[in-house]
Amino acid sequence: MDFDLNDDQRLIKDSVDRLVADRYGFEQRRAVLTSLDGWSREMWTQMAELGLLGVSLDETVGGFGGGPVETMLIAEAFGRGLVVEPYFATVVLGANLIRHAGTPFQRSDYLTQVAQGRLLLAFAHHEREARYDLSNVQTTAHAHGGTWYVDGAKSLVLHGDCADRLVVSARTETGIGLFVVDAGKTTRRGYVTQDGMRAAEIGFDHVEAEAVLTEDGLAVIHQVVDAAIAFLCAEAVGGMAEMHASTVDYLKTRKQFGRVIGEFQVLQHRAVDMLVNLEQARSMALYATMMADEPDGELRGAAISAAKVQVNRSGRAIGQEAIQLHGGIAMTMEYKVGHYFKRMSMIEKLFGDTDSHLARVAAAPSLL
Amino acid sequence: MDLSFTPEERAFRDELREVFRTEIPDRIRRKLRSGLHPSRDEQVETQQILNARGLAVPHWPVEWGGRDWSPVQIYLYQDELQSASVPYPLPFNCAMVGPVIAEFGSQAQKERYLARCANLDDWWCQGFSEPGAGSDLASLRTRATLVDGAWVINGQKAWTTLGQYADWIFVLARTDAVAKKQEGISFILVDMKTPGITLRPIQTIDGGVEVNEVFFDDVVVPGENLVGQVNKGWDYAKFLLGNERTGIARIGISKARLKRVRELAALEPVGGIRMLDDPRFRERLAQVEIELKALEMTQLRMVAQERGLARGKPNPMSSVLKIKGSELQQATTELMLDVVGPYVAPFFPEAELEGRNEPGIGPEDAATAAPMYFNMRKVSIYGGSNEIQRNILAKAVLGF
Repeated sequence: MDFDLNDDQRLIKDSVDRLVADRYGFEQRRAVLTSLDGWSREMWTQMAELGLLGVSLDETVGGFGGGPVETMLIAEAFGRGLVVEPYFATVVLGANLIRHAGTPFQRSDYLTQVAQGRLLLAFAHHEREARYDLSNVQTTAHAHGGTWYVDGAKSLVLHGDCADRLVVSARTETGIGLFVVDAGKTTRRGYVTQDGMRAAEIGFDHVEAEAVLTEDGLAVIHQVVDAAIAFLCAEAVGGMAEMHASTVDYLKTRKQFGRVIGEFQVLQHRAVDMLVNLEQARSMALYATMMADEPDGELRGAAISAAKVQVNRSGRAIGQEAIQLHGGIAMTMEYKVGHYFKRMSMIEKLFGDTDSHLARVAAAPSLL
Repeated sequence: MDLSFTPEERAFRDELREVFRTEIPDRIRRKLRSGLHPSRDEQVETQQILNARGLAVPHWPVEWGGRDWSPVQIYLYQDELQSASVPYPLPFNCAMVGPVIAEFGSQAQKERYLARCANLDDWWCQGFSEPGAGSDLASLRTRATLVDGAWVINGQKAWTTLGQYADWIFVLARTDAVAKKQEGISFILVDMKTPGITLRPIQTIDGGVEVNEVFFDDVVVPGENLVGQVNKGWDYAKFLLGNERTGIARIGISKARLKRVRELAALEPVGGIRMLDDPRFRERLAQVEIELKALEMTQLRMVAQERGLARGKPNPMSSVLKIKGSELQQATTELMLDVVGPYVAPFFPEAELEGRNEPGIGPEDAATAAPMYFNMRKVSIYGGSNEIQRNILAKAVLGF
């Protein structure tokens, strides 16, 4: 057992930490949010140059060949910086789907472009009726004369507004398949999300598609989504750590009744309870990272869900307490804590809420 | 980063598991699993089996029976011992007075006490708290006065756990009444048979008698029974309290209890299904398991950090383990109450439960469910209450 990072991992951590510290100040981020895309192409190019876009991809496609630990380091830094670039959509979801399920040609072609920062992907999966059931897919795919066509509607497609290509899940005659679609051939309605990210509602009307898998796509979807949840857990921990640190700093500087409010034991203890919640969440984010590659779907699923439950609960508690202990200032858009709170609140409902994950843990054999 | 145990660590764990599950009599482990307490004889029997195999005091200095294990090995040892429902080597001997004597005692004291302490030939109890000195331990008032080379002790100690079985008591006593309160305390070893000591058992809300008041009335103790230097007792007490950094979470005990909860819930019918299949119960069980898993990971992270810490120097982050570990211990007893349901009610003194011939009333372990729940309220109070732990974290970690 060893919690230390190896040299390569430390290098990645240093470079992503520096990128976020130097380029992701609150004002810089605010300017980016108001731009047309809502994120920065220049930043994206930098991420490509630093090797962040290909961190988990094979060296043959220009990647770094890293694993879940490398991804976790990036996620945590992005959480601290509230990074809004389409990393989750393109790298964590899109590229990983192709990495696990794609043909050799798709892998080499698409993933090389992703690593270079030349291709934006999104995962068009969620549908209006599905809630958190990954198997609820009503969009269909049919083959005519050797060509596949997709029909249906996808919802809440993260960064689907800017993606060049979409990885779409669709029901075929034999199961759930995965297809790649040129995003320009769909109808898209893009919008801003509560946390400053972007997403889209996407319509498919007999859209020509390239098959990735024509059946058995569900297992791959579960695998990729579980790894994506591990990413979200680490990202959330980065945000929670910032909220906690900011709260402790504030308690030490804010004066009322003639003294810094951090002298009040009632507030100290609440800051400590935030710390306990943070440590528990950090532990489970690590656990999720450790289990993200587990091939046994049941074992992996229970572990990932357990992590999401803990992270959701800790995140909600820390976020609400951060706002309360800062007081009115944290209610304003010009103060950073509220933005972390909003991001955390969205993560809570992304790929399964607390109840749905708790039910998954409860249905599985004991974690212990 | 590699979060799995090495093959060597796994082999180490398997070997311990085998020893704990085959060498410690099943009748003793079964008793613990059912929520009963070991008798004095069973505690001694267990510790002597462990000690004969070098497993009673592995964290002590090698010279006095320690094993020089890594923090990970110590963790695995604690976890396996607790998970196997083996009575823990008596904490007053092994985690408290033994390490203090080994670190600060004279050579003569080490030779006289340590081997007997490890083998539980002498049963030690703790004379720290007083009626007026609980969380504010340093305000203790029991006095020790040097008269003709001997200590004369007067005062009263409280919450002395298992004092009724003890041969010896280690006492914190005030030896300088005018110094700052932390700087006038000494650490003295006292034979319980000394004239002037009286013990009053206190029944706790679970119906058991686990704690005592100990009165000292002109108790004369040889001068040589002072440990270390006079008026330095507070330092030794802090060393003692910081000694058990990670075992305090009692994760193995909570794991064993949750396993028992599952076993019993699988036998209890509720509304035509097994209680274990009742979704609401199942989710509450899952919630506790998730938090326990998280705490286990938290503990492992701290164990890993411990490599860089000096021995006897408490890691303030271990207060996180105490807070969460005690809450989860309590949560497991709540789940057990839920499983037993209405059969929590019938009360039998623990002495009657042992070796009784007639069947119990209600589910297995029904008679211990409520007493265990009542008794476990103590874990967030003792060893530095959870509020004191929050003070420690606020000061030492958050810098308030």
